[in-house]
Amino acid sequence: MNHEPWNAETANAVIAQEQHREGSLLPILHAMNAVFGCIPEPAVPMIADALNLSRAEVHGVVTFYHDFRREPAGRHVLKLCRAEACQAAGGDALAARASAKLGIALGETSPNDRVTLEPIYCLGLCAVAPTAMLDGRVVGRLDAQRLDALLTEAQR
Amino acid sequence: MSVRLFVPGDAGALAVGADDVAAALGKVAARRGETIEIVRTGSRGLYWLEPLIEVMTPAGRVGYGPVTPGDIESLFDSDLLTGGAPASRISLASGFKRLLSGGPHPLRLGLVDEIPWLKRQTRLTFARCGVIDPRSLADYRAHGGYKGLERALSLGSAALIETVIESGLRGRGGAGFPTGIKWRTVAQTTAPQKYIVCNADEGDSGTFADRMIMEGDPFVLIEGMTIAGIAVGATKGYIYIRSEYPHAVAAMEAALVAARRGGVLGARVAGSPHDFDIEVRVGAGAYVCGEETSLLESLEGRRGIVRAKPPLPAHHGLFGRPTVINNVLSLASVPVILERGAAFYRDFGTGRSRGTMPIQLAGNVKHGGLFETAFGVTLGELVDDIGGGTASGRPVRAVQVGGPLGAYFPRALFDTPFDYEAFAARDGLIGHGGIVVFDDSVDMAKQARFAMEFCAIESCGKCTPCRIGSTRGVEVIDRVIGGVDRAANLTVLADLCHTMKFGSLCALGGFTPYPVMSALTHFPEDFGVTPPRLQAAE
Repeated sequence: MNHEPWNAETANAVIAQEQHREGSLLPILHAMNAVFGCIPEPAVPMIADALNLSRAEVHGVVTFYHDFRREPAGRHVLKLCRAEACQAAGGDALAARASAKLGIALGETSPNDRVTLEPIYCLGLCAVAPTAMLDGRVVGRLDAQRLDALLTEAQR
Repeated sequence: MSVRLFVPGDAGALAVGADDVAAALGKVAARRGETIEIVRTGSRGLYWLEPLIEVMTPAGRVGYGPVTPGDIESLFDSDLLTGGAPASRISLASGFKRLLSGGPHPLRLGLVDEIPWLKRQTRLTFARCGVIDPRSLADYRAHGGYKGLERALSLGSAALIETVIESGLRGRGGAGFPTGIKWRTVAQTTAPQKYIVCNADEGDSGTFADRMIMEGDPFVLIEGMTIAGIAVGATKGYIYIRSEYPHAVAAMEAALVAARRGGVLGARVAGSPHDFDIEVRVGAGAYVCGEETSLLESLEGRRGIVRAKPPLPAHHGLFGRPTVINNVLSLASVPVILERGAAFYRDFGTGRSRGTMPIQLAGNVKHGGLFETAFGVTLGELVDDIGGGTASGRPVRAVQVGGPLGAYFPRALFDTPFDYEAFAARDGLIGHGGIVVFDDSVDMAKQARFAMEFCAIESCGKCTPCRIGSTRGVEVIDRVIGGVDRAANLTVLADLCHTMKFGSLCALGGFTPYPVMSALTHFPEDFGVTPPRLQAAE
């Protein structure tokens, strides 16, 4: 996934674009996340200024939600569903397999920055469990073979 | 003449290759010189048959599934475009192949409406899902859409709220609060601005009905919200969709644009004096934001910290204004109630659970999917008969009903009828209608531990029983599993669950004891406890 390097001008433009909405902090953070791949630290005081909030308040929101990254993820993000429906369908073994094959734990990024492996709690695809999401693409009825194909794709 | 084919664009179907199937259909048809039109629909909810493709024939829509791209060539050979009936002009090749195979294609399911799993259902909320083109307002109207709004406008606010109250509709998010009463409370307030908020933060594992409706019939939700707006005098609505549902977000956004263009959203809705518009907001991966007050905080741009009640959102909701906050399914059930009348809806169901419930069968289940039916069907019928048992073929040992905060039920309780009160009477809840099936390989102590762990990960941190209790809960269960002072630790666990249940601010901490205690009560052997002692306490 392509993300821009930090740039204050771009950040200002992102803020200006979303600022007019009611309760605009989450939309702003989502937009930042999409542009930079994370919420860069220098963006926090800028957002705080624009919304008349304290830096602590913005920091509090950034750190509350799982989606807002402090550091950019790897080139590919593989999310494995770890919730009950996927557990019932064999998700535990698949998560262990993915971890072992990539040599990283859930929540970590591979040393070469190729892939970030993350747990996700439900993609709403529970009738085709176990499920995963690779860079926004959903995959169901996972088994060892389909998982391995995903892992190969993710390591590219 | 062009033949209409239907391929689901629902995320559940995409996850098993629906896009590849659609592409293969196009390619093979082009090569064979056939003119086809592919309509991307939602899902019918028969997920074990996805990708399920349908073809329009004079007799109705004929289905095939589960289809892979590799099947397309043979489907064309078996007269896919006429639904399996040999066309009047049979090509030599296809006629020959049919003769050889001597029967319909193995993936042919016949008329989709006649598939028993679908025919047994009572589809009121999901009547159009999987049938229509979710991007087409014209298709929605052609299938009865916006009749509810029309009726709502002719009734006026008071009578329309009365209709919703009389229908017996209760909150489908899980709490089961009467929807009409909530609306009346907001209608009775005076404020310069009121809001309709749709809770589409469907975080419970084993549930996907909200996602299906948003992807398969988004206009029904828009219509339901618009009716709510007219009822209470709100001009602005928000749909808070979880970020794990990008396809639902896209479908809703597209439908909102189409509804505005069609004059049924925005200024002077459908030529009436009412203004109403809707905006989609995307969550950011916090499960607790499915709790209504936490969701409102999130919409306001803050941490999703639960608010103490009272004041109720109906009085002080979004930005401190009177707010109706309803689940997707509650709002999506409103149009049919208005169209057909309160009595029509209320006549389905049992006891104080009126109407239909879209039940979702998931996990290790043979026939997983969405089954909308009147309240009252038993858990056993749902799991064994409709669900067909496990996908693994092993015996069903436990089912979790109502998401991560719902109780685990053993086979012994499979006679429980699916309704709010019957489940509550057995220390469970129906929640958002999800049923997750587990076979006999499940370790229930591990599931109990996961319930506590999940609560610890997702706790908003405001109240102590939830924030601290969940972490202590994981530790105590670890000690029980490890055989450390087991009897004493089980007493601590029961005490901890009691504190969480009665001392937590919201359902996250308050309901986490349900899966934990139900696992312990019904499956003590998994905790290293000899069954008789605990069963006596049951």
